[in-house]
Amino acid sequence: MIPELGLFALILALCLAFVQASIPLVGAWRDDWRWMMLARPAAWGQFMFLVFSFTCLAHAFLTDDFTVAYVAQNSNSMLPWYYKFSAIWGAHEGSMLLWVLILAGWTFAVSLGARQLPETMLARVLSVMGIISTGFLLFLIGTSNPFTRILENIPADGHDLNPLLQDIGLIVHPPMLYMGYVGFSVAFAFAIAALLDGKLDAAWARWSRPWTTVAWSFLGIGIALGSWWAYAELGWGSWWFWDPVENASFMPWLVGAALIHSLAATEKRGVFKSWTVLLAIATFSLSLLGTFLVRSGVLTSVHAFATDPSRGVFVLVFMLTVVGGSLTLFALRATAVKSQASFGIWSRETLLLVNNLLLSVAAAMILLGTLYPLILDALTGAKLSVGPPYFNAMFVPLMALLMAASAVGMLTRWRDTPTRWLGRMLAPVLAVSLLVALTVATQHDRSNWAVAGVCLLATWIMLAGLRDIFDKTRHKGLFKGLPALSRSYWGMHLAHLGFAVCALGAVLTTVGSVEREQRMTPGTSIKLGAYNFAFNGVTQLQGPNYIGDRGSVRVMKDGHEVAMLHPEKRVYPVQQAIMTEAAIQGGFTRDLFVALGEPLADDAWAVRLQIKPFVRLIWLGATMMALGGLLAATDRRYRARKIEPTLNAGIIE
Amino acid sequence: MKKLFLFLPLALFLSISILLYRGLFLDPNRLPSALIGMPFPHFTLPSLDSPSDILSSADVKGRPALVNVWATWCQSCRQEHLMLNKLADQGVVIYGVNYKDVRANAQHLLRTLRNPYRLNIEDASGTLGLDLGVYGAPETFFIDAQGIIREKYVGVIDERVWQEKLAPIYEMLLREVTQ
Repeated sequence: MIPELGLFALILALCLAFVQASIPLVGAWRDDWRWMMLARPAAWGQFMFLVFSFTCLAHAFLTDDFTVAYVAQNSNSMLPWYYKFSAIWGAHEGSMLLWVLILAGWTFAVSLGARQLPETMLARVLSVMGIISTGFLLFLIGTSNPFTRILENIPADGHDLNPLLQDIGLIVHPPMLYMGYVGFSVAFAFAIAALLDGKLDAAWARWSRPWTTVAWSFLGIGIALGSWWAYAELGWGSWWFWDPVENASFMPWLVGAALIHSLAATEKRGVFKSWTVLLAIATFSLSLLGTFLVRSGVLTSVHAFATDPSRGVFVLVFMLTVVGGSLTLFALRATAVKSQASFGIWSRETLLLVNNLLLSVAAAMILLGTLYPLILDALTGAKLSVGPPYFNAMFVPLMALLMAASAVGMLTRWRDTPTRWLGRMLAPVLAVSLLVALTVATQHDRSNWAVAGVCLLATWIMLAGLRDIFDKTRHKGLFKGLPALSRSYWGMHLAHLGFAVCALGAVLTTVGSVEREQRMTPGTSIKLGAYNFAFNGVTQLQGPNYIGDRGSVRVMKDGHEVAMLHPEKRVYPVQQAIMTEAAIQGGFTRDLFVALGEPLADDAWAVRLQIKPFVRLIWLGATMMALGGLLAATDRRYRARKIEPTLNAGIIE
Repeated sequence: MKKLFLFLPLALFLSISILLYRGLFLDPNRLPSALIGMPFPHFTLPSLDSPSDILSSADVKGRPALVNVWATWCQSCRQEHLMLNKLADQGVVIYGVNYKDVRANAQHLLRTLRNPYRLNIEDASGTLGLDLGVYGAPETFFIDAQGIIREKYVGVIDERVWQEKLAPIYEMLLREVTQ
């Protein structure tokens, strides 16, 4: 009964989404406030029904209702309860339900949080979000209903959740990722509403800024969690694979970062208006593309989820309608006329433009690399894969340029910056950075230009940030001045610092990692770097829904024990899957990583040992970027109940 | 005229959509028809086991065999390795193409995990892989006694795949020899 109620609630939500998508839009066009007023209750009702539907599915999972096909395929009575819950989004149907639930949640939040919006604007924004929701609900109910029952031969027990997904990171990873993907629909809806309105002024930029930043932060956390999961759970100690599914989430993040910067320029100075709208459309389109790539199985990857052409066709048609429609609207409505506001070469506008250019090019390169096998296959039938060498060769130099530019960008002012002043500010920063890079290059026994380069750039960003903070507080003095700085200012610095930290981690790990795969019998030990790894054999292991072997490796350094590591090799009997659980001893300066390979003759095992210096900086930096974004989005000026019509908008229109 | 370039994003998006649509109906595991029934490409490459020896296409002729493209950087190959060991124990002839790999790593892996390959061709620059149309590892080619490619399998060979799909093909090739 309960699963049927869940499905019924989904259908009701679809009806409300349809109302929300159509009537307020017509109302905004006819200027009829009664029609427009429908948007809000429809959004609330839709959210309520989706929460109910999601609860029904959760109930089916937690009570082991294996008459529901989706539960039978993805759960098992032996599964711990938290994995039963996270199994809801462990496969296609449930994760699509989570997708629409989060979309309804964002819509609900916009309807509550954007009270200061003019009624027509709000009606249009909610309508656009309703259109997206209608599409995805149709997709869900039509092609991927999670509540389908098994009528005959009901299985006694479920087929279990894919063991790869039985990990704490995977409980949180998809919701975070979807919060980001779906959150960009808000920026998209604002952009479309502004295009429909015909007024591309600074106001829409101000309204959509906090929403965009929050969505971007969530996406960043989601990507970082995914990378952590690959590192710890896939078992090979790699933190980024340039896999199509990873790229699919990375592209919207990059373009989203460009959008955040471009929105700042549009809000403050009224420049790049059409470009910003285009970026908002592009960001959400890339989110949809990500959904398409993952859900259609059009690109084979290690993730390989649902492979079903009918689903792919649906998402493609939907994408064609939404993205094609919005780009047509853009082509018809956006102005090709140059902005009236002028700016000098060393203005903040220029630097933001550089930022946008670099980030968009990086995203375009990744898009090309991701789709290239497909393009070639479609045109010539040849098959090939584009590997990490291409992506690294494209991406690393672009990011280096971005790091170089971002320090300058923090210090420059709107309109124009006196070159002399800028030089005076940056010269000492550059000098110290060069000194640091030089010290690193000579000190390090395995000196490497990449290490020196990243140290130069990271110091350059950090010191420029400090320099700017000192400059901003010079009138009041440091102690009085610091609390007066706004949250968005601190958020900006935190995010930039995070960027530097992340880059530092990525390069230091890549250059400095040492690894060895070795046949080890109990009692033998191996020296790797400064550490000595002693293998003490394996013991049997009995988990709740798996059995396996648990190795123990004692790590010594200079005669002292540093860590006792227990890598595991698990067998999940229900799915007949073997999983490698790496043992990691984490630290700020290095991770010790031990994974069990295959059992060999005479109690010996193939053991994989790795030392990964500074690998944690990658996730630390990513977290700092996300926190910076969240901090900026909670700035006081976004919380003001009534926003004054902006002066800039008046001047520039 | 100036407004025309505003249609650029739309045009770009539409062309990507067409590709995606075509992509939906392409099967990534399907054999490129060009290679079926063709002789195994010519090559002269060093042997991985003793790099001073040079192998050529004549060395893989004479009996039905599997030619397995593998590398140490390929995680799925490692998974497949145990299955290949098992097949080699059963007497299946397997030749290896060590694809774009580092010699020391590959030799080390074979020492730790055992060597299921009768011969191992070291294709460090990927030229043979290019001729074979390899787009990822592992890939396995089935060649008959005349050295003609008869079948290709993309992805990891495990017990199930072998029993259901590949064993019949190999047995068919063996029967052809005795007839």
